Amino acid sequence: MDLKEWFASRQKRKELQENIKQPLTTEEYCALWTQCFQCRELLYTKDLRANLQVCPKCQYHFRVGALDRIDQMADAGSFVELDAVMTSTDPLKFFDTEAYAKRQQEACRKSGLKEAVVTGIAAINGQPVALGAMDFGHFGGSMGSVVGEKVTRLAEEATSNRIPLIVVSSSGGARMQEGILSLMQMAKTSSALKTYHEAGGLYISILAEPTFGGVTASFAMLGDLVIAEPGARIGFAGRRVIEQTIRQKLPADFQTAEYLLKHGQVDMVVERSNLKDRLSRIISYHDLTRTGPAGEPANGTVKSGQLTK
Amino acid sequence: MMATNEKKIIPLEFEQPLAVLAQQIEALERQLGDNPDLEGDIDRLQEQYTQLKKSLYVNLRPIDHLAIARHSQRPYSRDYFAIWDPGFIELHGDRTGADDEAMVGGLLTLGGIKMVAVGTQKGRSLREKQACNFGMPQPEGYRKALRLFRHADKFGLPILTLIDTPGAYPGLSAEEHNQAQAIAENLFELSGLTVPVVAVVTGEGGSGGALAIGVANRILMLEHSVYSVISPEGCASILWRSNDKVSDACQAMKMTAREILQLGVIDQVIDEPLGGAHHDYQLAASNLACAVVKQMTGLMKMSKEEVRRDRQNKFRNFGAFTEV
Repeated sequence: MDLKEWFASRQKRKELQENIKQPLTTEEYCALWTQCFQCRELLYTKDLRANLQVCPKCQYHFRVGALDRIDQMADAGSFVELDAVMTSTDPLKFFDTEAYAKRQQEACRKSGLKEAVVTGIAAINGQPVALGAMDFGHFGGSMGSVVGEKVTRLAEEATSNRIPLIVVSSSGGARMQEGILSLMQMAKTSSALKTYHEAGGLYISILAEPTFGGVTASFAMLGDLVIAEPGARIGFAGRRVIEQTIRQKLPADFQTAEYLLKHGQVDMVVERSNLKDRLSRIISYHDLTRTGPAGEPANGTVKSGQLTK
Repeated sequence: MMATNEKKIIPLEFEQPLAVLAQQIEALERQLGDNPDLEGDIDRLQEQYTQLKKSLYVNLRPIDHLAIARHSQRPYSRDYFAIWDPGFIELHGDRTGADDEAMVGGLLTLGGIKMVAVGTQKGRSLREKQACNFGMPQPEGYRKALRLFRHADKFGLPILTLIDTPGAYPGLSAEEHNQAQAIAENLFELSGLTVPVVAVVTGEGGSGGALAIGVANRILMLEHSVYSVISPEGCASILWRSNDKVSDACQAMKMTAREILQLGVIDQVIDEPLGGAHHDYQLAASNLACAVVKQMTGLMKMSKEEVRRDRQNKFRNFGAFTEV
């Protein structure tokens, strides 16, 4: 070892030592641990993730991002994304305390997604489905032109491929920053679902914490079957708005999945760990190649070869 | 003349200068008997009044349109139905438990066309307002509308809807009876109807509660009506976290008839009498009738399938996005 090498290796050793000595930043440390919102238990984030974001102690269902959701539901490697690059233009040049364009950038940075829904074709236990998952972490999961368009296209894709349609909703409602155009997405998605319905499609809507406003009042409530996640809050108007309107305290479990089940609004409440299996079993009862408008012969079985990468 | 025209029209805040002038003219007119020289002054003031009235309504701010749209004397669905067709046959009930008075519907003849008409109703007196829930339908109201839409579809009757609602009612029982599903189902079923549907926003077009009877082949708006994804008060409190930014929210959301026409969401803006529909019910009703009959006549030339596809295509194209 000549002198030069010795100096170089000493430098390396020093850097290594410094790296080890450096404590975790608060952000990194916090990311390691997650406190359960319900039972306050401190959970190791990695364990929580491995447990599908469900508290192992009290079964509290944490919110799941769109990509994690797809990972949890689709067979490994089966998901092929559709319309991945679609982004919203700013039709109103909306400005409140900040420009909409800037808020969008901020939302993308936070969530790592381009929009509040991820859609594509996937397989669930080998059964091809059109799958969409909303992400509350992106702009409150709000529905603007892009969310409306992607859900519409997903329904169209499901119609032409004669495959079941599954959408996991999690949204604060319509996106105010796109004004009336956001509102119109409610009609656009509902109309696409009507066409899918008439073609004999099976649409399963899954309601995750939280689902409100324009999303509930359109595609989220239009499922042939509607499934809710335990504890998820689901409704049209927000709790605070209702309390202000009727000037009464609302029951504690108001607008929870269990409350909805009691009032006949959802078919079932299914724990996340059983969700994939339950979906797969439900789908097995519904042969989409047999149904269709006016005895129209089904155009063959699904080209499942397309669905695996 | 309608009842409200006999009553004095209540001036809005931005109309105050006009009201002051009118008072001055009135005062002078009262003194005219004792002092005939005042005639010149009255004429001058009258001139001023006409000028001001003309200019006042040219440059209205969005919040002024909102104020006119919400004017307590604005004609409501029942007023229009009564003026258009004294033989209007009202139909009641959702058939499953209630008759929501915030949603009025029935069989109407307009310009010789027999149709099913459905509209939201706000109510005039306090008792009426309470009965109508201030124009905010419950799920039962939307289901009543849906029943009438299905009836129309079965018998090939075109549908006219009049929209003037702050929104769907946000209440305990409304949620328990699945308000969201009631609205969603209307959107779903309206998109599949094979008869022409014309919707007119006559006052406030409040969010999903308005859209639930607004999925139409042609959407029209009265000149001073507004249509938005959320009430401006709601928007201001969420985005600005302040209750006194309502005017900014109105501006930002682009909710006036002309702005929405520019966005390509609606097909036509219908002129109102100067100052708003509440100044002249008859004129407002006949303007509206002309526009509706014209649109309806055009749509009635289409086949069932064409009508349906026309409506579906219209909504399919809404949205602003890029794919690069």
